[in-house]
Amino acid sequence: MTKPYAIERWTPASRLGLTGIAIVVALFGVAPLVLKAGSLDRLTALFIYIMLAAMWNALAGYGGLVSIGQQMFFGLGAYVTIRIADFGLSPFLAIFVAAIIVAAIAWLLSFIMLYLKGGEFAIGMWVLSAFTHLLVNLDGLVQGETGTSLISMNAYAADNRRIAIYLVAMGSMLMLLGILYALLRSKTGAAIQAIRDNEVAATSVGVDVIKTKRKLFVLAAFGIGLAGALWLCTALTFQPKTYFSVQWTAYMIFMVLVGGIGKFEGAILGAVLFFIIETWFGATGVWYLIGLGLAAVIFSLYFPKGIWGAVEQRFGITLLPIGYKLRITGDET
Amino acid sequence: MQLAATLLDARQISKRFGALVVLDRVDFAVREGEAIGIVGPNGAGKTTLMNVLSGAYPPDGGTIELLGETVTKTPAAQRCSRGLAKTHQIPRPFLGMTVFENTYVAATHGAALQGEAAYDLAYDALKLCGMVPIANRKAEAIGLLDRKRLELARALATRPKVLLLDEIGGGLTDAEASELVATIRELIHRGISIVWIEHIVHVLLQVAKRLICMADGKIIADGNPASVMSDKAVVEAYLGSTPE
Repeated sequence: MTKPYAIERWTPASRLGLTGIAIVVALFGVAPLVLKAGSLDRLTALFIYIMLAAMWNALAGYGGLVSIGQQMFFGLGAYVTIRIADFGLSPFLAIFVAAIIVAAIAWLLSFIMLYLKGGEFAIGMWVLSAFTHLLVNLDGLVQGETGTSLISMNAYAADNRRIAIYLVAMGSMLMLLGILYALLRSKTGAAIQAIRDNEVAATSVGVDVIKTKRKLFVLAAFGIGLAGALWLCTALTFQPKTYFSVQWTAYMIFMVLVGGIGKFEGAILGAVLFFIIETWFGATGVWYLIGLGLAAVIFSLYFPKGIWGAVEQRFGITLLPIGYKLRITGDET
Repeated sequence: MQLAATLLDARQISKRFGALVVLDRVDFAVREGEAIGIVGPNGAGKTTLMNVLSGAYPPDGGTIELLGETVTKTPAAQRCSRGLAKTHQIPRPFLGMTVFENTYVAATHGAALQGEAAYDLAYDALKLCGMVPIANRKAEAIGLLDRKRLELARALATRPKVLLLDEIGGGLTDAEASELVATIRELIHRGISIVWIEHIVHVLLQVAKRLICMADGKIIADGNPASVMSDKAVVEAYLGSTPE
């Protein structure tokens, strides 16, 4: 007997979207052959922003875990890289080992932090970040706020290094987005969305809320840790104050709010917008920050679903669908 | 006739909110295949009893056994996986997901199914509740009645052995109510034990084979519906004819 229904998970728009994404990725892949050094560095920054936005979105947009302390993982990612590289590991390996260590730290922290609610969690993360910052300052290698450098990077010629970092950043971004997308499309993804929409109801249909949130929390720490480590690779210097600055989380919040919280495409769009704004207005100093803050406030008040949320609602387009569409094939309804 | 197995067994359940005693040493058991109705005036403790049974909050005293295992401190999600589902009095749909996806989460987690088996269960639950035509609609775009139906469909998709229904019939027209009765009868026919709180007693009585009346955190009558409805204590609880 044939089933009276079929489940569709891809749409024509999404097939087009995937093709478009593949083309963009291919273009980025050959960019080092064409672009000048400065442009490559900027694009590396864009990849890192996308990683940050996607991870904060995973945490807040899906897990309902609004953290203002994610700079902790950014700083730790950079710090652990410095530490491991100091033992003699290649910096290109060290960044991945560092990200895994940061994820392990997050896994441990999750047994305390995930039991905090709403504002307690948000502020708790910030406190934890400030505390971690102080601990890192105690490490003799870091020399307090004076900081240190990723000296082992000097082993590579500047041009090769730039291209290598660019490609590693691009690969890392694609890997993270891939992991997140696969997670959202999986069985766990349905649970994640259920938690986003209604935690109590999710519990009552059998979703283990803490376990599901833990996956997001650890993934976000891994991704943001990796982003911090990559940032260190491009900047070379490590001053704790810069990396453990709440400004990083402020950027993440901005990108996600403007792009569309709880939307996979939204975070990416937000990061691209942030990148463009920064490129054009970043030099205007304080007014740039005021502008960013103002835009975030306006979006959260008047366009709570962000730009991508509005696009989705208006045109019904989903480029990267994670849902399940029921199509009736039989004649019964 | 052999006595059916006890699926859910709550003993001496107490629950206080501050100084207010909402449940006062309540004993309550559900056997296989039972269809139990619960009535009682507002504030009697009916919803609280269900919430304690489902694990939404812990009791202050007493024990709960589900399928022979103690679950007094077991989280709601695990009780659901073991076969105890509940609908919410005020619907709590997953607004950002479609109607189908709402039931799919229940099938993949509550019933712990994967792939086609999960699709089948989710589809079956929607079909039983007459929701297939709106399966692809976002839950935020459906009205209150459909949200109540979705509560039922979603609970069914967890494949419960015991189903706790908290006022899913409120606000229904007569035609809708008889549709609901037909659905519930089908569930009983499939072997699901039902515990149903409802203010619309005549609807409840079309299904319930056993009726319980609660008042002031206690069960004041328990038995066959006709005798409970004519019980002196029940009549007094509703009409308040006995001054304290």
